Amino acid sequence: MSDARATILDSVRRALRRGPPPETLRAELDRRMAEPRPNVIPARGKGEPAELIERFAAMATEMSAIIERIPTAAAAPAAVARLLAESGLPPQVAAAPALSGLDWTGAGLSARFGAAGRGDAVSVVPAFRAVAETGTCIVRSGPDAPTTLNFLPDLHVVLVRTADVVGAYEDAWKALRKAGAWPRTVTWITGPSRTADIEQTLLLGAHGPRRLHVLLADGP
Amino acid sequence: MHPTSRRFAANARAAMADPVLQDALARLKAGFRVKRAAAVARLPEFEALKAEARALKDHTLAHLDHYLEAFEAKVVETGGTVHWCRDGAEAKAAVLAICRAAGARTATKGKSMVAEEIGLNDFLEKNGVIPVETDLGEYIIQLRREPPSHIVAPAIHLNRGQVADAFRTAHGGRPPDRDLEEPRVLLDEAREEMRARFLAADVGITGANLLIAETGSTVIVTNEGNGDLTQTLPRVHIVLATIDKVVPTLDDAATILRLLARSATGQELSVYTTFSTGPRRPDDLDGPEQFHVVLLDNGRSAMLGGQFRDMLRCIRCGACINHCPVYGAVGGHAYGWVYPGPMGSVLSPALVGLEQTAKLPDASTLCGRCEEVCPMSIPLPALLRHWREHAFERHLKPARERLGLALWSFAASRPWLYRAVTRLASWGLRRLARGTGRLARVPLAGGWTAARDLPAPSGPGFLDQWRQGKRR
Repeated sequence: MSDARATILDSVRRALRRGPPPETLRAELDRRMAEPRPNVIPARGKGEPAELIERFAAMATEMSAIIERIPTAAAAPAAVARLLAESGLPPQVAAAPALSGLDWTGAGLSARFGAAGRGDAVSVVPAFRAVAETGTCIVRSGPDAPTTLNFLPDLHVVLVRTADVVGAYEDAWKALRKAGAWPRTVTWITGPSRTADIEQTLLLGAHGPRRLHVLLADGP
Repeated sequence: MHPTSRRFAANARAAMADPVLQDALARLKAGFRVKRAAAVARLPEFEALKAEARALKDHTLAHLDHYLEAFEAKVVETGGTVHWCRDGAEAKAAVLAICRAAGARTATKGKSMVAEEIGLNDFLEKNGVIPVETDLGEYIIQLRREPPSHIVAPAIHLNRGQVADAFRTAHGGRPPDRDLEEPRVLLDEAREEMRARFLAADVGITGANLLIAETGSTVIVTNEGNGDLTQTLPRVHIVLATIDKVVPTLDDAATILRLLARSATGQELSVYTTFSTGPRRPDDLDGPEQFHVVLLDNGRSAMLGGQFRDMLRCIRCGACINHCPVYGAVGGHAYGWVYPGPMGSVLSPALVGLEQTAKLPDASTLCGRCEEVCPMSIPLPALLRHWREHAFERHLKPARERLGLALWSFAASRPWLYRAVTRLASWGLRRLARGTGRLARVPLAGGWTAARDLPAPSGPGFLDQWRQGKRR
């Protein structure tokens, strides 16, 4: 395939009517990658923290997510237990290992920490950030946050700390670039899975979760 | 897929007489067009974002070699492999080699127009790997063994009854007389059928909406979640993407993503946007063990050097298709290849040759709506005109059309002759109309008057009036 590589790059350069870029140009392009220029950020992606939290909740609701305000992250297990009881589901969850510090047993739940399997009906994961602009939760993968939890279960619970609500996608990128090793996956989640492939009829719950429940926690 | 674009006129006639298709096209107009307009109206920065997206894509294309090399370096650094492929044959061979090395019997697939373009499914099937389309629309058309009729909504031409028939035939072990009236029931059945296949697949194949040079990430945008299950569950993830998909940074991707869903379906953002970077890390609890990017040229570098470079900005949102009056009348299959509508009529001649597709650039009224709604400001009508010129120069137009154009050009470049002929024609047509003001039939223009009357000239032409001093 190295042959193909050379041919394609040659062909691109012929089309651009030049040879390989000189070092000065390469340095300039690398700088553009290392220090992204400021983007056009929609006004709705800017504002005071309280305003952004309200906007995140409103936009996520519009995208068919359910928003539940809770006082602290520590109150998450009790909120999940209530949700399962109301939904007539057994008190079992598959949760991200990142949430193993919360008291699940105390809330009457049996929690398993790890990747999701076929039988898991409910998952609980933490959001890395939440974006006000479109009501989007950003999750990243890692040993403490397996990806499958976001897609296999029917009921997807995401824990968002209000301190992690940002205005625009770029704010999340900035935080993620600082957070160390780049994760295998970063997923922007905006509402529960859906399709309109049959007669343009919008239906929630395609191949991914049927419901997205966001727990918005004010404190730790 | 072998193009049938030469038969556009016959395809179009059949499409306009198909009541199921006409219903579907009416739904498309009422859906996508209205929702896009609402989403755009809600975002005051839309025009500014368009300008930014155009500039960043033009910048990337002008330095495409560097950004491709940077992307490759990052993929390798994070443990993935890049397979450079000049054409569809090389890409198919690369995908098959990866499947064979993994001992794969089935491969799940996310929606990929590039896979349609190179005919990947047929090839895999012939070589012992069963491809399973997982996007609901793609799954339905795979069962019916037909190509997509729209790049975003592949099964848009079908109604629920046709989907139910396909499911009854394909899904064994279920009561044949079960109730499949409601779309909800159809979806749930497909979801159930698909779950086992997601978990059993050895390889997952996805396309990419974007490639990011900064991080070596590939990006897919889906609503169903099928793409993520496809790329997360199997041991091997193959990304099939063409070289024009690369952008420099995550921030550049954000700009394009602000435009993509709004232009495509009128959503603020699609449900899932996933940035995949390399295979699973040593401590990860899930994710593929191998991450392959099949990086395909297939005619893009040739477009980069010519008149059609602007087309490489395309992000495949389908807005031009949704707003095209010709697509709205005939649907996608009439175009005879995988890319329909204005974007397809520009792209297909570049990818499969003008000989096969010379009719497509004519399948446009040049009304300009496509350019107006294109989030990447691609001058589609101008590009269609370029192809018309090429078709004329290369003698791909019918002899009668060539003769007509030659006569017109002869007369138009000789003002005295032009004036004499138009005066004569105007007089003749007035006589033919016999004072009714309209003509139901005109010699040599039967095709035009078959569906409408020609208004007869009402008096002396513009030039005569001008000379007589009627300058208002």
